[in-house]
Amino acid sequence: MLAHLPVLQVIVPLLAAPLCLFLTRPRLAWGFALFVSALAFVISCILLQQVMSSGIIIYELGGWEAPWGIEYRIDPLNAFLLLIITAISTVVLLAAHTSIQQEIPRERQTLFYILYLLSLAGMLGIVATGDAFNVFVFLEISSLSAYALIALGKDRRALWAAYQYLIMGTVGATFILIGIGLMYQMTGTLNMDDLSRRLPEVEHTRTVFTAYAFIIVGICLKLALFPLHLWLPNAYAYAPSIVTAFFAATATKVAIYLLIRFTFSVFGLTFSFTALPLRLLFLTLGLVGVFAASTTAIYQKNVKHLFAYSSIAQIGYMIIGFSVSTTTGLMATLLHLFNHALMKGALFLALCGVIYRIGSVQLKHFNGLGYQMPYTMAAVVIGGLSLIGVPLTVGFISKWYLILAVIENGWWPVAVLILLGSLLAVVYIWRIVESAYFKSPLPGRGNIKEAPLSILLPVWLLVIANIYFGIDTRLSVQVTQAAAMSLFGVGP
Amino acid sequence: MGHYNYWIVIVLMMIGFYIVIAHGNLIKKIIGLGIFQTSVFILYISMANVDGGTAPIFAEGICQYSNPLPHVLILTAIVVGIATTALGLALTLRIKEAYGTIEEEEIQEKDNLDC
Amino acid sequence: MTAIAIVRLKDLFPLIMLSGIYSLLSSGFFVTMDAVDVAFTEAAVGAGISTLLLLVAITMTGRTEHPVRHKPILALVVVTITGGLLIYGTLDMPIFGSAQAPVHLHVAPRYINDSMQEVGVPNIVTSVLASYRGFDTFGEVVVIFTAGIGVLALLSVVPRPVTVAKINSLNHLLHEQHLILRIVSKTLLPFIMLFALYVQFHGDYGPGGGFQAGVIFAAAIILYTMLFGMITARRVINQSLIQVLAAIGVLLYGSIGVVSLLNGKNFLDYSILAGDPVAGQHLGILLIELGVGITVTSVMIIIFFNFAGRREYLQHLKKNNEGNNDTSC
Repeated sequence: MLAHLPVLQVIVPLLAAPLCLFLTRPRLAWGFALFVSALAFVISCILLQQVMSSGIIIYELGGWEAPWGIEYRIDPLNAFLLLIITAISTVVLLAAHTSIQQEIPRERQTLFYILYLLSLAGMLGIVATGDAFNVFVFLEISSLSAYALIALGKDRRALWAAYQYLIMGTVGATFILIGIGLMYQMTGTLNMDDLSRRLPEVEHTRTVFTAYAFIIVGICLKLALFPLHLWLPNAYAYAPSIVTAFFAATATKVAIYLLIRFTFSVFGLTFSFTALPLRLLFLTLGLVGVFAASTTAIYQKNVKHLFAYSSIAQIGYMIIGFSVSTTTGLMATLLHLFNHALMKGALFLALCGVIYRIGSVQLKHFNGLGYQMPYTMAAVVIGGLSLIGVPLTVGFISKWYLILAVIENGWWPVAVLILLGSLLAVVYIWRIVESAYFKSPLPGRGNIKEAPLSILLPVWLLVIANIYFGIDTRLSVQVTQAAAMSLFGVGP
Repeated sequence: MGHYNYWIVIVLMMIGFYIVIAHGNLIKKIIGLGIFQTSVFILYISMANVDGGTAPIFAEGICQYSNPLPHVLILTAIVVGIATTALGLALTLRIKEAYGTIEEEEIQEKDNLDC
Repeated sequence: MTAIAIVRLKDLFPLIMLSGIYSLLSSGFFVTMDAVDVAFTEAAVGAGISTLLLLVAITMTGRTEHPVRHKPILALVVVTITGGLLIYGTLDMPIFGSAQAPVHLHVAPRYINDSMQEVGVPNIVTSVLASYRGFDTFGEVVVIFTAGIGVLALLSVVPRPVTVAKINSLNHLLHEQHLILRIVSKTLLPFIMLFALYVQFHGDYGPGGGFQAGVIFAAAIILYTMLFGMITARRVINQSLIQVLAAIGVLLYGSIGVVSLLNGKNFLDYSILAGDPVAGQHLGILLIELGVGITVTSVMIIIFFNFAGRREYLQHLKKNNEGNNDTSC
């Protein structure tokens, strides 16, 4: 069975989703989904271990060799992504039952878990596959389930946010479809590996240039890269809180992965960064994104909105690392990908607990919460420190590598700007700390209890991961280094 | 002048895209999205065409077939398209119930009032 | 031309009709370019199902578009840039219809030359769809399933119990209206279903397959619903049974893959299903097409029923609100 792990990684949650329909009792569906997600996590651990010790794994679906059939191609990069996604999904699901029971009507709860599993399987499929068109198909599985999940939010604005996301997402996907079509037209193949061998022959053509432009714009729409981020804040703010925690920690990461995959593996570094002034473009967009989004975050009244804008800013940091396009730069991006998943997972799950107790995430309702829900708010504080990049947290590690990469390239001003950006993060985190610890609670509110253990446990699991991986960086650095080097064509 | 076919497709595509981003009516946006996607389908099918070829079904005495691969891809894409349309319309219905309108600007206004 | 008219029209009803016509025209276009399978699907989906869904939707949302107040200059700029870039991209494309284009020289020749020996199905599109790229098709079935679940999650309402007396009175009422239409379509229904079955099982030899068959089959049931009303249709077609069927289609497809896994082959490798690899391929394709057909039929019905059911539910709510005005929101 070990040889079939790459496909099992995707089809286990994919087939579990329709099976879930037979479990009408939400509690059973939850247990089943949790079990499946944990199983996927175990598979991804074994896969990562296999890839790190024996190199790339190729799996031919249907027994047809590529490029005629579809192949799964697991290298250190996507094994790492698979691990992040399944790990976050499992931790988030731990808290799901408690939170979902309160936020979604009972008759829709089973449907919720089906959509959740489909979304998980879709993301895993995008990451695992080595076929460009297969990416599109799984992108749609994960997106369609995402639209429905967001629309399950209580507030009517969730519907409007989901609709906007649907339109933007579909336009993005159609752009990617156009790009894939043009690539296919010039090379006659859809397999990524085969494409990377055949594209250099035709890379001077205007058609390939257009194909690249369409794929990049399409991915950036999904990525919510500034200024294409408009769908994100409302989608995150009004979705059920579990969904926010899951997507904030995984969905944009998958888009970053696609960006790296298409730029480095398919089109090749020389084409991507010499044919276009991309480096400068991405650097500018990244920096502007960091500043614009962080500044907007400072003025938010809703904490979910605040963290959503902060996510857009963090995407900016990842893009800066990407635009450096050296091994260290990529390592910084990948490390931040992993670390940001841990931070935002912890923060949004903590908000889940807050919503469970006080039913709101308006900043003014946070007044005095530091004393009423001490453990939850402590988690928020540690997550926030990590977001700023304080030493001994994971945030520090990725900022460190990012600044290292930028300085290696001699971009001193950029390094200064990154530090300034972190100062903005200090301001918005301080606003939460200020109301939680230094303001007295609003009058007329009875005593509020600490969040239930089923939410607190996963939150603290992630918080401890934030600190652990901030001190012991061996695992994350080793894997990201291998991934970055494999992208530059150097074997691990 | 072998490209005029593609140019017509692109014009159609852009009409669809224009409807999506410029119009405020939610149903009309979905229709625009449909046109946008259908035009991309035509682009793919155009690639598959070969002069003097026939439909890719085996028959005696024929040696020139159209390329079947884009056909397969588009079959998949059509299905994805209808799935998106259905979900989009379902959302539109719920928006109508919740907001009482399906015009983008009016929804924005009502949201601003809420804040 | 149709597309331009769509931009200008404010009334949504002719708009939807035009978009249906647009689909029909493009499916004609597909036929001239030898893509018969695609044409078939586009006609059934674009012109059929999606037009129908749009029509049901506007009965609930109202049919006129409000005039746009802002000037759409930005949109025009974006569209012009995108279109310009695409036209720029076409300049280096291979000439339309050229047999020397890369698409015809790499990958595809194997499908055309060898698929008869390797898969043994005359329709090359079917063999690529179901076997060489069978995993894409599996993904496609899951996409449809996702849409079905998504619509359920958004629109489903708990149906109200209906008394027998009400059904009888309704039936009585129905007998008086559109009698000819009803009888004609009732006689037509078995033929439509028969045709759907033919398309389902004949996909290996001619254009067709699980997806097209599913759509046609669903269309037959939707036609029945439109003529005889939701209440009668609900008695004939059990809602939860349909949901189970949607899941079963996906599971059938997936389990074929799992069977090949258990036999030591790769996922979706059908050659293991029978003694002879080609016969195995054939059997595999038949079974997965059946899975596709089942899921597509049931999801289409789910989508339609929930759209229509929502409408009924809203009317019911409205009636109740009029009955007791003091409980207004």
